[in-house]
Amino acid sequence: MAVSQTRNLGLPLINLLRLKGVPILQQLHLEERLLRTSSDNWCIINDGTIDPTIVMGVSGKPQELLEIESILRDDIPVIRRFTGGGTVIVDQGTIFVTFICNKDTVPGLQSYPQPIMSWSSLLYKKVFQGIGDFRLRENDYVLGDRKFGGNAQSITKNRWVHHTSFLWDYEISNMGYLKLPKRAPEYRQARDHLEFICRMKDYISRSSFIDSTIEAVGSEFLLRSAELEDAHCTLGSKFEPSSRLLRKQELGEAIFKSLTASQS
Amino acid sequence: MASRLWATKAASYLRISVPYRGFATGTWTLLICLLPTNAVIKDLKYADSHEWVKVEGNSATVGITDHAQDHLGDVVYVELPEEGTEVTQGASFGAVESVKATSDINSPVSGKVVEVNSKLNDSPGLVNASPYENGWIIKVEMKSADELTCLMDPDQYSKFCEEEDAKH
Repeated sequence: MAVSQTRNLGLPLINLLRLKGVPILQQLHLEERLLRTSSDNWCIINDGTIDPTIVMGVSGKPQELLEIESILRDDIPVIRRFTGGGTVIVDQGTIFVTFICNKDTVPGLQSYPQPIMSWSSLLYKKVFQGIGDFRLRENDYVLGDRKFGGNAQSITKNRWVHHTSFLWDYEISNMGYLKLPKRAPEYRQARDHLEFICRMKDYISRSSFIDSTIEAVGSEFLLRSAELEDAHCTLGSKFEPSSRLLRKQELGEAIFKSLTASQS
Repeated sequence: MASRLWATKAASYLRISVPYRGFATGTWTLLICLLPTNAVIKDLKYADSHEWVKVEGNSATVGITDHAQDHLGDVVYVELPEEGTEVTQGASFGAVESVKATSDINSPVSGKVVEVNSKLNDSPGLVNASPYENGWIIKVEMKSADELTCLMDPDQYSKFCEEEDAKH
């Protein structure tokens, strides 16, 4: 895949796309298309998504991760995304930040999961400088010992995407749709969701977080403002994204699987 | 994890399988200290995206290398293609998930998938424990053996990995 970069003062160019309230499935489709069919670098910031939506990683099993009966009762959409990682419930209190880069964009960065995550944590360290005890802990962004952002990645031959859903705020009742995952970091120590996560709004205002993030990105890249139309123009028309909404029938079948498994 | 990794590398280098979750003990320890960082197997060909291929007639077995599994971390899921799928040299045919990331697996050869390693559905960690043997991913009926000239031999691949790691 051709690498397209313009360097000014040694900084690689990145298109900064600021969105507000774009539905998360639409955002994921855009990300996957840009990953697979664009040769530019992109930073996408989506300030909130309209409807509460559950987003599982590529290998997520609904029967293990979700309280499906409640989800069906309350008509909560469930999406399987194209990146790895765990399950989140997102809504208008969530701020999404995504990086899509060519593999040689960041000097000295190997396009494998750990190095990319380390790089991103150094960027966010600048954002939270003097604000809270921010660190990357067992692949989670934490303030103290509480997680406030879920991150995940997808890596192709020549490009990678790293995206994060930051919990600026959340509804306590929404966390009830998620089960305790089987695969959890050690530092979680079997805490339930409300004891494990924290709200970013307790540390930083929404606008300050977004402004500081853009400033941090600007310290490593040359920013070029982009509009959604610019992103759509660069996309190859043949590519079909894999992130999708699970059908109610699939969720129903997952309940059946769960009952069968518990009886065997 | 570290001692298991070294046991895997020793076994791969010596072309001996070890049980999944085997640990290095006694006799292996001295040998392991003398081994290169990532194992590379003779008689295989290698792609610059860190897949290996073993060719027998016009049948090719494909997997990811020890270097790849080492850098990816613990594999928790393998996305396999369906049998009958056409694959193209250099193009993605599936993915592995590790450390919250999906990473493409690219085919070193073109052809048709004739078999997938379904054991990876229940035991994705075979890719880490036995990347060159039990962790194989697909078997392909090759379109053309000419494509193999684009791939690296073991010595070229070893040097490629060293240069890549040195750059970062």
